[in-house]
Amino acid sequence: MGDTPVLRLVEITKRFPHVVANDRVSLELLPGEIHALLGENGAGKSTLVKIAYGFYQADSGEIYVHGKKVDISSPRDARRLGIGLVFQGFTLIPALTVAENVALFLAELPWVVRPRDLHRALREASRRYGLELDPATPVWQLSVGEQQRVELLKLLLANARILIFDEPTKVLVPHEVENLFRVFQGLREDGYSLIFITHKLREALTCADRITVMRQGRVVGTVRPGETSEEALLHMMFGERLGEVVRAAGREPGEPILELRGVCTKPVGTAPGLADVDLVVRAGEIVGVAGVSGNGQRELGDAILGLLRITRGKKLFLGEDATRWPPRRLIQKGVAFVPEDPLAMAVVPWFSVLENLGLLDPRRFSRLGGLGLDWAGVRAHLQAGFARLGLNPLPEQARAATLSGGNLQRLVLVRELSRPYHLVVGLYPTRGLDVRSANAVRQALLAAREEGKGVLLISEDLNELFSLSDRIVVMLRGRLVGEFRPEAANLTEVGRCMTGAGVGHA
Amino acid sequence: MRSLGWTRLGWPALRLLLTVAIVLGVFGLFLWALGKDPIQAYRDTFRLNLLNPRGLAGVLARMAPLLLTALGVALPFRSGLINVGAEGQFLMGALAGTWAALNLPALPWGLHLALVLLAGMGGGALWAAIPGALRALGWVNETIATLLLNYLAPLVVGYFVFGPWRAPELAFYPQTPEFPASARLPLWFGTRLHLGFFLGLFFLLAYAYLVSRSRWGLELRAVGGNPEAARRLGLPVERWILAAMVLGGALAGLAGITEVAAVHARLKLDISPGYGFMGFLVNWLAFAHPVGILVMSFLLAFIASSGFTLQITQRLPYAAVNVLMALILFTVLAKPLAREVRR
Repeated sequence: MGDTPVLRLVEITKRFPHVVANDRVSLELLPGEIHALLGENGAGKSTLVKIAYGFYQADSGEIYVHGKKVDISSPRDARRLGIGLVFQGFTLIPALTVAENVALFLAELPWVVRPRDLHRALREASRRYGLELDPATPVWQLSVGEQQRVELLKLLLANARILIFDEPTKVLVPHEVENLFRVFQGLREDGYSLIFITHKLREALTCADRITVMRQGRVVGTVRPGETSEEALLHMMFGERLGEVVRAAGREPGEPILELRGVCTKPVGTAPGLADVDLVVRAGEIVGVAGVSGNGQRELGDAILGLLRITRGKKLFLGEDATRWPPRRLIQKGVAFVPEDPLAMAVVPWFSVLENLGLLDPRRFSRLGGLGLDWAGVRAHLQAGFARLGLNPLPEQARAATLSGGNLQRLVLVRELSRPYHLVVGLYPTRGLDVRSANAVRQALLAAREEGKGVLLISEDLNELFSLSDRIVVMLRGRLVGEFRPEAANLTEVGRCMTGAGVGHA
Repeated sequence: MRSLGWTRLGWPALRLLLTVAIVLGVFGLFLWALGKDPIQAYRDTFRLNLLNPRGLAGVLARMAPLLLTALGVALPFRSGLINVGAEGQFLMGALAGTWAALNLPALPWGLHLALVLLAGMGGGALWAAIPGALRALGWVNETIATLLLNYLAPLVVGYFVFGPWRAPELAFYPQTPEFPASARLPLWFGTRLHLGFFLGLFFLLAYAYLVSRSRWGLELRAVGGNPEAARRLGLPVERWILAAMVLGGALAGLAGITEVAAVHARLKLDISPGYGFMGFLVNWLAFAHPVGILVMSFLLAFIASSGFTLQITQRLPYAAVNVLMALILFTVLAKPLAREVRR
């Protein structure tokens, strides 16, 4: 195993209208290494790997594979050179089976495909790396994690030796992430070279042999995990010191804002319904909801927002019976909502920032009973909102779809939290965000608590829950199975409770 | 998307010009293959339909129903609905308006006409309310429902013109008696230009303003743009779906009754040479953009008029115009897909 890099990108520059995505970026991937590409959203990581895969063409710069200069002008070229990329959004056809999806990808397949050979090859590869996939399963039946494995199998069977993953952990739950990293290790032992993109420090530190940090389209540096620290990496990612999220000391919470009494909902699909959920959120407190995702957290949020029918039990909002209120009434009475994936759940992608803001609060900006809209008012409100939350204003006319995840979430925060409200429901509000944006969200939730609002924070990130919450409840299969005070509990206890290993107590 | 003025307006204009050039070229070959003189044919067409005031008025008169049916498709389109049923809504609007024209007691001229037009809108609206409600309830996809109702509407109209409303004086021709003068749409300048054209322009302006600037338009587009977010924002998604279909149906219905009250003065089976479908085409080509709707409905009206010209001057069957329409459709749909491929 020589030390010639298997892949070398030299001085790659790529401009898009209005933005330089990659500015003279160089990167070396050594044989048999796992290389993490770390940076916040919009740092240019994705663009760089797409250039290596021939999906984009660089404006200038050179690419070397095994020391030889190559010209990659399409994914086909990249594949011929043994480079494979797993995209963020997968490229599978749901109606076809695993084997059929893989077969579609293999260029050198003969006219008549012999399923038996293909199935055998697939089984072997999937067994070798512990992927546990049945080639005959239709893809639509697979979980997101399993679909990712199909994407990986495609690359393996196409004889790719350089494997690139664009934010592979974004769509995975924690235990799936661990599995994926085990697969990575196995691949490395077999001599594959891997690049994976992430914006999570810990993933880079636990899994990678080397870490290259990017910021605003440039490489800041390449380090080894043993020779660096979280602190140093954060500094590389953001340049400046980040404000710490600090929760003020606990006060006595005030009046109950939201009360759920024995709330049940019908299960939908494979998701569990809520079963006898009792929960109180008081003014000036943050109640954290912990749990492995898919245990009824989304249903809890939807039941509170009035999107999911409560079949039994009662919901009180500010002491009024709100069990049957439609979403609009709850919003008008003062429920704010910050979801996980704003592009899908909170904004209209091709609306401008201004239009998306105008959507809230039907009465406030409406003129002539809906025939008009007070756009100047919306604009003023938007600016005031950004100022109030201490955020940099976004361009008013920019379309939501062109904003980064972090900026989108800022837009949602401004929309939801700059009007009179009493309760904020956060449904994985920091999922998929870079550290700085996630901190902006956390800061906003803490500010809401300071102002005496009630906050319900549904999250998977135990560190986040411990640093923000006054109380933590744990959901398991649609039930609340434990309640903790962060100062009196530790991560392991809550973690055990989340996996059903034991019932916790306050 | 965020590009400057030139690319925003320049490209579509250039595309339109190129499209017209390609279409004229290919259709010219077609005419030539039929042994006609394409240059002469085009010259006649332009002279008789664009340069001659009467001809131009005819084109504008034909544009009226296209504007309205296109808007009838565009409004639901903005809330994410595919209304293929403008043809049926057109006919039902004509039917309901005809009822008002023939059965209301003698009223002052303006009032009677206003009621006739309102009845027409009501007929189209009710017809569209069926697929709208089915979709809002989540039972039937609106594309299928509107499409199928197109087959039903002529049968309903047929029942009335063959049956209870048949004019006694022309017993073997299925049509209603003539509308009273108080229910006829005014024609202007001694040409075929009628009030329907101005109604079309009025509703086009109203559409342009309401959809892009008003609170209603914002909600309507939000429902189409991201139903999940709209629901979470507490917007009444189901009500908007129904409203969009009903309003769209009302506009298509208005197209039907204006056409009858201005051009035919009586209800017959053949009042529409496919105006509803052409409206769908206009909206598709214009992508629901008001300026596009204006330009495309003019273009299609011009082509339809040219069809009649060619029949007379070149002795071509009207079907030749369908060849022209198909050519346009293919050329316009041959878009570069690069934009969609980009992330």
